[in-house]
Amino acid sequence: MPVSDFQPVIGLEVHAQLLTQSKIFCGCSTAFGAEPNLHTCPVCLGMPGVLPVLNQRVVEFAVLTGLALGCEVRSRSVWSRKNYFYPDLPKGYQITQYDQPICEHGRLIIDTPGGEKVIRVRRIHMEEDAGKNVHDASEGQSLVDLNRAGVPLLEIVSDPDLRDADEAVEYLKALRDVLVYLGVNDGNLEEGSFRCDANVSVMPRGSTTFGQRCELKNLNSFRFVKQAIEYEIARQVDVIESGGTVVQQTRLWDTNKGVTRSMRSKEDAHDYRYFPEPDLPPLQVSTATIEAMGHRMPELPRPKLQRFVSQYGLPVYDARILTAERPLADFFEACAAKYPDAKRLSNWFLGELLRLLKEEALPVSALRFTPERLAELLAAVDGGTLSNNAGKAVLEEMFRTGKAPADIIAEKGLAQVSDTGAIEAVVDDILVKNAGEVEKYRAGKKQVFGFFVGQVMRAMKGKGNPTLVNELLKKKLGD
Amino acid sequence: MALTLEQVRHVASLARLALTPEEEQRFATQLSAVLDAVARLQSLDVETVEPTSHATLAASLLRPDVARPSLPPEKSLANAPAKVGTSFAVPKIIE
Amino acid sequence: MQLTDLTMLELARKLASGEVSSVEATRASLERIAQVDPQVRAFLRVDAEGALAAAEASDRRRKAGTPASVLDGVPVGLKDLFLTEGVETTAGSRVLEGFVPPFDATVVRLLKEAGLPLVGKLNLDEFAMGSSNESSAYFPTRNPWDLTRTPGGSSGGSAAAVAAREVFAALGTDTGGSIRQPAAFTNTVGLKPTYGRVSRYGVIAYASSLDQPGPMTRTVADAAALLQVLARHDPLDSTSASVETPDFSAALEEGVKGLRLGVPREYFAQGMDEEVEASIRAALREYERMGATLVDVSLPHTQYALATYYLIAPAEASSNLARYDGVRYGQRAKDARGLKELYALTRERGFGPEVKRRIMLGTYALSAGYYDAYYLRAQKVRTLIREDFLRVFRDVDALLTPASPVAAFKLGEKVEDPLSMYLMDVYTLPCNLAGVPGLSVPCGFTKAGLPVGLQLLGRPFEEALLLRIARAFEREHEHFRRLAPLPAQGA
Repeated sequence: MPVSDFQPVIGLEVHAQLLTQSKIFCGCSTAFGAEPNLHTCPVCLGMPGVLPVLNQRVVEFAVLTGLALGCEVRSRSVWSRKNYFYPDLPKGYQITQYDQPICEHGRLIIDTPGGEKVIRVRRIHMEEDAGKNVHDASEGQSLVDLNRAGVPLLEIVSDPDLRDADEAVEYLKALRDVLVYLGVNDGNLEEGSFRCDANVSVMPRGSTTFGQRCELKNLNSFRFVKQAIEYEIARQVDVIESGGTVVQQTRLWDTNKGVTRSMRSKEDAHDYRYFPEPDLPPLQVSTATIEAMGHRMPELPRPKLQRFVSQYGLPVYDARILTAERPLADFFEACAAKYPDAKRLSNWFLGELLRLLKEEALPVSALRFTPERLAELLAAVDGGTLSNNAGKAVLEEMFRTGKAPADIIAEKGLAQVSDTGAIEAVVDDILVKNAGEVEKYRAGKKQVFGFFVGQVMRAMKGKGNPTLVNELLKKKLGD
Repeated sequence: MALTLEQVRHVASLARLALTPEEEQRFATQLSAVLDAVARLQSLDVETVEPTSHATLAASLLRPDVARPSLPPEKSLANAPAKVGTSFAVPKIIE
Repeated sequence: MQLTDLTMLELARKLASGEVSSVEATRASLERIAQVDPQVRAFLRVDAEGALAAAEASDRRRKAGTPASVLDGVPVGLKDLFLTEGVETTAGSRVLEGFVPPFDATVVRLLKEAGLPLVGKLNLDEFAMGSSNESSAYFPTRNPWDLTRTPGGSSGGSAAAVAAREVFAALGTDTGGSIRQPAAFTNTVGLKPTYGRVSRYGVIAYASSLDQPGPMTRTVADAAALLQVLARHDPLDSTSASVETPDFSAALEEGVKGLRLGVPREYFAQGMDEEVEASIRAALREYERMGATLVDVSLPHTQYALATYYLIAPAEASSNLARYDGVRYGQRAKDARGLKELYALTRERGFGPEVKRRIMLGTYALSAGYYDAYYLRAQKVRTLIREDFLRVFRDVDALLTPASPVAAFKLGEKVEDPLSMYLMDVYTLPCNLAGVPGLSVPCGFTKAGLPVGLQLLGRPFEEALLLRIARAFEREHEHFRRLAPLPAQGA
């Protein structure tokens, strides 16, 4: 049977680091990039006698996320210990939520070629991150850094509702956008603050019984997610077609070789001996807290995108880029309140503004000018004071210096001449001085037009309004 | 309830204890005796009883999200059996 | 009379009046330790320098008229389960040999803030697992009343040090009876507070839902005064109760007239030593004479307490002790090849047999396929045990029981038979499972001169009432005035 006779089934698990100041169970900083073990204390080092105390903001973020994904938020959820031995796990157990997680039964809508699709979110729970092991090949040892141990994580698990690699990527993008919008996660796959594992299986098309699944890890870009899932689907189909059975296992994506390979199975790796964490009482979340988080909910990416399309009449393509990040969307709307033509505004955003921001790797919050100023600039271009190119130059100057457009135009003498009379005078003059070329033009050599435009512009030191120059030349040349 | 040596070895592995053969035998006997003693719990009907997973009646204690100074690395690593710079060193982990 | 024969509060009064200085008292304590500890072996380490520095500071405060507390300057000892900054803390185990904590346990901090010099770290059963102090990885401690016998456990060192008057009081911990049973064996007072009353932060964990630190003293009033310093809500401990700290001493002398005291028949069914039983029953009659009403009550699930405890405690312990892996602190098997061997050899060599047994038992009880039948079931039975107590406490104010079925047994007598050792705690285990407070008060002596302890169990957070009931009995006999005959003639 060809691959197409098989139906892939995919479920995704995301571990998202929360943007809190301090760790989940102690007051150590969550700041990234410090020298090893700079942000550690007896609690996150797992010293004898220490005890966990829960960070309030972690609960708020979990509730916020749950609400954003349409989940039921449990008023009582329980902490558990997941027991296993590993050097990056200082206590020899991870504090997590096993049964009774804080949120359940949510959903996320994604776009597929076939239209909208609802992907169910099975559960969301809070847990602590482990530290990092770094291999020191020269000495045959591993080095353990516990800065990351205790950083709060949200684990978000989908139901196996995804049916191909593209859907999986769409889901991850949509989920990431929600988390970034909420301000709970920074959405960074490469740095590992947003991690995805994929559970992949295949079954004969039309079947309702899922096949044996494998877990894929080390997927730290959307591209790798797609590649790894597609590879794994093909691999499993191959196994089945060769008469074998898919063995449940964890497989790592190998970027260099473009394959997934089985992790060496650790003995007894799966008996985590979960039991309720005796050092933490069950978590009670009040209706007041849930309501408060509901009030804090910003407009989410998908509704915002749809509103940009309907309210501003923007194409989906534009709206998608403008709403990719909240600060950009907010700035756009602030500008749109000052300037009536949303599509023109969008063109400027997509063309110039984003380019400048990207070049300097700056966030929207670093912009040195206000929406009013941008509106002024666009009005100047609309009104003919500035040519389009001059406009771009002014924007760049505003970006770098924060000066008002009027000041920049004056300083640099960028105002173009849009006085019809003045241009007409120059055109007349050029045509008189170049009678021979005029003859050629009228005889059919249309490319001479460019020469005239050049001459007029030179005479006007580049300040002629190009549209008017063209119009007047054509008129005078009798076209 | 008698524990087999196989079971003892499995549990010892889960617990990361390198028991000697003599210990394995001794523990099999001793633990079996304890398990026999605890077997009396099986006779109770606990169908409708809630487990006491927490001895405390305390409500959840929550901490505001404020970072406070950590332990300086010299102190964190002061008791480390082996270290390299400010990292703990362990024999190589094979993935 | 020696300075060290004073009770804690007697010393405190002399410190307040200026009759004695803390430095004198601390030196007396250190001299006493030098004199008798070679026989008793209560101490794992003595911190003379630290204690004397604290004593000097105390004397300065007293001179300035600003004592830190009523107990400012009273030298005490700490079970080596409490983390002490800068002072080695081992849990009586080889796996933590050489471990010097970078922080103090909360209760240690409270004692320091109250001005008490901390004389040293006291011996215990390894990781608090035991009832005789014989499973300490270092050496066994001996009962000051008879050096061929155990002082009980796991806070055996604490009990012995107080009974031998090496310190004026000590801190122990109680998970299944580890304060009360050694107190009963040594003619001292041992109080296990309500779970959540005293902070567990910085106390090396054995069984998280059962452990409680508590005072071990010569008298009831001493225990009340020491508990007063320790009982605080701790924001570093999520299981620390947010309750008011009452004045534990205020009602101490009010007697027992009109109180209803329950006598649970299951605790008197069988298995008690004759002399112990006679002593306890005499105490019961005493309470009646003093005006209390004795009420026959039943705690029907008592017989399941041992089994319940020996599933829950080892399960929690197996998880709590996973951190002892040689990676970040403690001993490490340096000859290990590879990581798995590092763990397995470090732990094999670092833990003694009793600890290994309980880790194995606990791991098994939590393992796949056995969790429901063992751990979960035990937690359910625990609810039934707790309900027994709460129900009975609607009718009576406290319960009177023996603290131990026997008086101090001989060293070596029970080490070969773990189960017989576990039976030492039958009377003390239930109260830990229920989370209620319990206290052992000296009740008398056997013909051989071995102490007997009377146990009182009370409602959650009613330690003050328990202390008052205990004080009523203590007032009649003052058993605390009888001192362990040390130094002994011969050994």
